[in-house]
Amino acid sequence: MMMNHSLKNQCKLNVGQVITGKWHHNQYTITKELGFGANGIVYLAQSKNQYVALKLSDNGMSITSEVNVLKSFAKVQGSTLGPSLLDVDDWVRGTGTISFYVMEYIHGLSFLEFVEQKGKSWMPVLVLQLLSDLEKLHSSGWVFGDLKPENLIVTGPPPKIRCIDVGGTTIQGRAIKEFTEFYDRGYWGLGSRKADPKYDLFAVAMIMINTSYPKRFNKTTGGINQLTQAINEKMELSKYKNFILSALLGHYTTAKEMRKQLLYIVGEDQSNSSRVTRAQFRTQTQTRTKTSSVSISRSNTYAANTPNHQNQAPQQRQLQKKKRKSKGILETVFIVFFVTLLYAFYVIEKL
Amino acid sequence: MNTGKIKQILLITDGCSNSGEDPIAMAALAKEQDITVNVIGVVDQDTIDEQGKREIEGIALSGGGVSQIVYATQLAHTVQMVTRKAMNQTLYGVVNRQLQQILGSSKSVEDLPPDKRGEVMEVVDDLSETVELEVLILVDSSASMKHKLPTVKDALLDLSLSLNARSGENKYSVLVFPGKQNDVEKLLDWTPKLEALTSIFPKLTTGGLTPTGPAIREALSSFKKKRSLRSLLGRDDESFFEESV
Repeated sequence: MMMNHSLKNQCKLNVGQVITGKWHHNQYTITKELGFGANGIVYLAQSKNQYVALKLSDNGMSITSEVNVLKSFAKVQGSTLGPSLLDVDDWVRGTGTISFYVMEYIHGLSFLEFVEQKGKSWMPVLVLQLLSDLEKLHSSGWVFGDLKPENLIVTGPPPKIRCIDVGGTTIQGRAIKEFTEFYDRGYWGLGSRKADPKYDLFAVAMIMINTSYPKRFNKTTGGINQLTQAINEKMELSKYKNFILSALLGHYTTAKEMRKQLLYIVGEDQSNSSRVTRAQFRTQTQTRTKTSSVSISRSNTYAANTPNHQNQAPQQRQLQKKKRKSKGILETVFIVFFVTLLYAFYVIEKL
Repeated sequence: MNTGKIKQILLITDGCSNSGEDPIAMAALAKEQDITVNVIGVVDQDTIDEQGKREIEGIALSGGGVSQIVYATQLAHTVQMVTRKAMNQTLYGVVNRQLQQILGSSKSVEDLPPDKRGEVMEVVDDLSETVELEVLILVDSSASMKHKLPTVKDALLDLSLSLNARSGENKYSVLVFPGKQNDVEKLLDWTPKLEALTSIFPKLTTGGLTPTGPAIREALSSFKKKRSLRSLLGRDDESFFEESV
């Protein structure tokens, strides 16, 4: 993007360059550039034989603002929201003072790279992890804001998702500080830019769509229709269709609720496949194509039930199960009764 | 803290002015009246002539605002970012001046250790959420801008989406230049609803000259007119405000 050129030039550092803080006098040796955004450049640096990530910006305000967020995250007990903050300082150079902060270096692949390399089956796992992190973040009064695959790094082993770049992190109830259009509900005409938990949940749903459209897509007609069509065009999303749509339309009020529903879908998937194999055992004639069509139609009927009753769905199923069970007992009783009746007639006749 | 209102002019153009006063001087005049001038240059390809680029940067520099040169596709995102950034800058300046009064003229926020700076930034963040904001949007409608106008309209609607998410009040006004008869034509008078633009914008006719300087001058008087009108109508409001402070 053209607009970052001036910024990039000002904060451009060479490999091997040493930065010394004005206040705390810590030294950092630049190793390589990790990335740059609208608000600064992040470098990998070495300090005291340890790798750290160092963010520089000519805009001291945004540095201070992000440091505030990271400090507030540190107060949330036992959390891994965002990278941990190590140092905040100014670097005095010939052309002026540049503010920077130093954080833990989170090493790994970005969300999309990871799913691409390790397989689509990781997608729900990572989304579940992300949702439980978001739950913590939301309950401490924040909204992440600029949630996108580039800001999600999978570290490990074992693979664990981490959020980096808190530039968009906003106090709930305020206007979102920074966002990326594709993941922004305002851009799609599906809500305001006021920071509430649903704003992040919308972005999570867009990330799921993003896994099937790695290059994203632009708004044409916008609205829920375009997004629904995008989901319909990808087979691998059909299982999550109603889940994604519910998040896009803001039907989930908390990350916890959304997580529960995703767990349910994943569980449903597992029990479906096991039930199908049992059925195969019994009949032994069903072909593979038939079973797959069975599982699809089942997930569809389940989906059709869900949109507004996410929480009721599991209970409904249990109820159905119970019904089926009691039906079976009723059948047995009836047959026993009928046979006894026949026998009774037989005995009476013989007499 | 009483910061008053934040007043901004947002100029959206695609090149050099060629008629009337020097726009850079007019922007300097705006700054003297505590009105920030931000400029967004919209380009088709990677090219913008050096002269146009220099003028865009010059206007923002002397107008105390922010400038960006972008492709039309990035316009929406840029418009809201520039407005926000400029607003924070202004507030930061206000807070800084207050701080100087307390700490002595040689001190500024940058002279504070990073730990203390955080608290100042929290004040700026609070203010940027609640402060009253007036944005006067100046749209270049010269011939070369014609096919970009629908994008400009979408970007402005997107801007109102971003700003209306704040709890503070927003007021917008839209001027286009050149106008049908004059250098400048008022498209939308001060209103909290920028959405009203949707119906007016398609009717725009595009003209030849680019009188950027006169447009900024007209924009300044538009702020003044509003103020005088307000002082006539809203005397009660003001005295109430003073009491509450």
